[in-house]
Amino acid sequence: MSNHASTLVRLSKSGASVSQEEWSVLTLAQFAEGSLDTHCAAPQKRLLPLTVWLEERDALIADATHPIGVWLDSHEDPAAIAEDLPSLAVVGVNFPSFKDGRGYSTAYLLRQRYGYTGELRALGDVQRDQLFYMKRVGFDAFQLKAGASIEDALTAFNDFTVSYQGSIDQPLPYYRQRLLQRAAGGAE
Amino acid sequence: MADFVSSAFVWIPKMYRYDPIDQKIVDERVAQFRDQTRRFLAGTLSEDDFRPLRLQNGLYVQKHAPMLRVAIPYGLLSSRQLRMLAHIARKYDRGYGHFTTRQNIQFNWPTLASVPDILADLATVEMHAIQTSGNCIRNVTSDQFAGVAHDEVVDPRPYAELIRQWSTLHPEFAYLPRKFKIAVSAAAEDRAGTWFHDIGIQIYKSASGEPLLRILVGGGLGRTPILGHELHPGLPLPHLFSYLDATLRVYNRFGRRDNMYKARIKILVKELGVEKFRAEVEAEFAFLKDGPSTLPAAEFERVANHFIDPEYRTLPGVSRKFEQHLIDDRAFSRWVSRSVSGHKRAGYAAVTLSLKTTGSAPGDATDTQLDGVADLADRYSFGEVRVAHEQNLILADVEKDQLYALWQEAKAIGLATPNIGLLTDIIACPGGDFCSLANAKSIPIAQAIQRRVEEKLGDLDYLFDIGDISINISGCMNACGHHHVGHIGILGVDKHGAEFYQVTIGGSQGNDAALGKVIGPSFAQDEMADVIETLIGTYVNLRHEDEQFIDTVHRVGIEPFKAAVYPNGRTQEAKEPADV
Repeated sequence: MSNHASTLVRLSKSGASVSQEEWSVLTLAQFAEGSLDTHCAAPQKRLLPLTVWLEERDALIADATHPIGVWLDSHEDPAAIAEDLPSLAVVGVNFPSFKDGRGYSTAYLLRQRYGYTGELRALGDVQRDQLFYMKRVGFDAFQLKAGASIEDALTAFNDFTVSYQGSIDQPLPYYRQRLLQRAAGGAE
Repeated sequence: MADFVSSAFVWIPKMYRYDPIDQKIVDERVAQFRDQTRRFLAGTLSEDDFRPLRLQNGLYVQKHAPMLRVAIPYGLLSSRQLRMLAHIARKYDRGYGHFTTRQNIQFNWPTLASVPDILADLATVEMHAIQTSGNCIRNVTSDQFAGVAHDEVVDPRPYAELIRQWSTLHPEFAYLPRKFKIAVSAAAEDRAGTWFHDIGIQIYKSASGEPLLRILVGGGLGRTPILGHELHPGLPLPHLFSYLDATLRVYNRFGRRDNMYKARIKILVKELGVEKFRAEVEAEFAFLKDGPSTLPAAEFERVANHFIDPEYRTLPGVSRKFEQHLIDDRAFSRWVSRSVSGHKRAGYAAVTLSLKTTGSAPGDATDTQLDGVADLADRYSFGEVRVAHEQNLILADVEKDQLYALWQEAKAIGLATPNIGLLTDIIACPGGDFCSLANAKSIPIAQAIQRRVEEKLGDLDYLFDIGDISINISGCMNACGHHHVGHIGILGVDKHGAEFYQVTIGGSQGNDAALGKVIGPSFAQDEMADVIETLIGTYVNLRHEDEQFIDTVHRVGIEPFKAAVYPNGRTQEAKEPADV
């Protein structure tokens, strides 16, 4: 996973916008080789790998002087942080390759099953043509792959204006929306 | 109800018609793909990044040119849609299309830059190429006689259409470990191959008349052919989507991604065992059951109302005209005996038009034939056509009185070969002539067998005497030609760069689905017609009266066939590649 000072696309009710990345995504390797200390004094915003978080969570929560973030790799189970979600400001989900679609289910579970309401960030091989689906399953922040066109990315969320299935952004499948519209507006 | 458009008589078939929302989704998909193609051609979208995107719109890059696979959901087409396919074959291709074993159609010669325009043309007739390839939920397939079969419990088409909509652009399951195929059957005889799909759905009725869905999982052909397992014995319809979501989520999360040959759901089901897999699905389903994805009765009704019966006339069960023609014209009665099947309505029949004429590739149809079938559909069958996974076309609602006239017209456009279900009605993938995955060619094998039948076995009597038999040919172990379930299966293999063919016998589809057994070492291309002739000769020598090929194989086993094909003990040679 690259950790360049990338731009971040954020989605809010007012739409998509670009903001400067403030968080560092730290890898397990960086901890393993000892170049990083969990209790590093620098008050930076850090997205910690799951393993580090699970080892140090009690201390980090007790010591919470700045917001904490954790990221899950594509094979990691979101259930592992289900209890911790209220303590987390950001949760990241890594896409090692955009063809690895496990992160879509991870995001869905974090939002729907575990009730996470904080920022959910797509990391890794995040490209323009996957953003619409990512938005649908609950991601609201996107660390775009290096070199991606931001202008392009900002239009991606509007690729489709309607969907058949319910998901996180719209829990009701279209057929339920239609039935509700009919009930509200009378017969078609 | 018929209506009149620019003085031409055009049926509005009783099939699912898009509402503005369905149309919008397809139109937006065209715009999205147009932009992706533009970025690819401009060099801002890399080859690797474009590949999964184009595949999810049915676009392969093949040996000679791109290949575009167009979705024909559950094999159902209107005459208007068929004319559009003819138009596309003419305008963007070389004047023909290839119907596939998954009820779709492929065009072999479009240019990449023209594909957005093709998709736009398709969208004008409520068609698309969404999810006809790629590691996603593929186009749903069903029974080619849906709605007219006399052994039908319910009409499976509304279920298949609902699954089409649920799976279309499903945000969570677009990047699965591997492709995912769903088939639906709702008749006593399973004509949809539900045992050989990632998910097979068999619909039946409970004692109280409620439709229940028997869900099968983990079947498939390909490298690891296997029958599915029963995942749920009788799911009530309202839970269909929640249960599919649960199953797909378990697969998406836990299916193998380290090895593409072990990435299908069948491997996950096998590795976990079906009990453990079911427990995972049930645990997931417990969270979803009765949630927002529950299917309301009103929505099922909305979709089902598209599939009501056409305006059948009240006809006598016996057509005197038809009976007389059967007596008077032997060629007609022969064609009828193979091509005409029963119908739930008195006085009607379903007609299978053969795309297996000697000299043409199995499943291929020219633009003229496509237009011709559209005309026949308008005149004889309420403007509707079906595609069978055996790669033939069906007019499902023909009055028996009209069969003779229809036969003559079908003959004139080369679609009345009386060989449905016979030796020359060969299923074949496009094979090495077109497909870049193939190890060997398929079409020349099919043609060599057809030619041998014509030359050596001579007259039709012999072909009819051999009786029901299926020969299925795949150019590689991806098994698009369903070779495992052919009574005789032929698989193209690569041996040190040369094309060879491995033969299985004893496979079958339907209720008694079974996988064929390999008879021995593989053969060279020019041996194949001899091999088939020997197998058929062995059957003819061994058969009891009224015994079909597959029955004889079941009774005597494969040994006598082996002995006939390998007279000099060639079975001792280890000529096969290790992975076959």
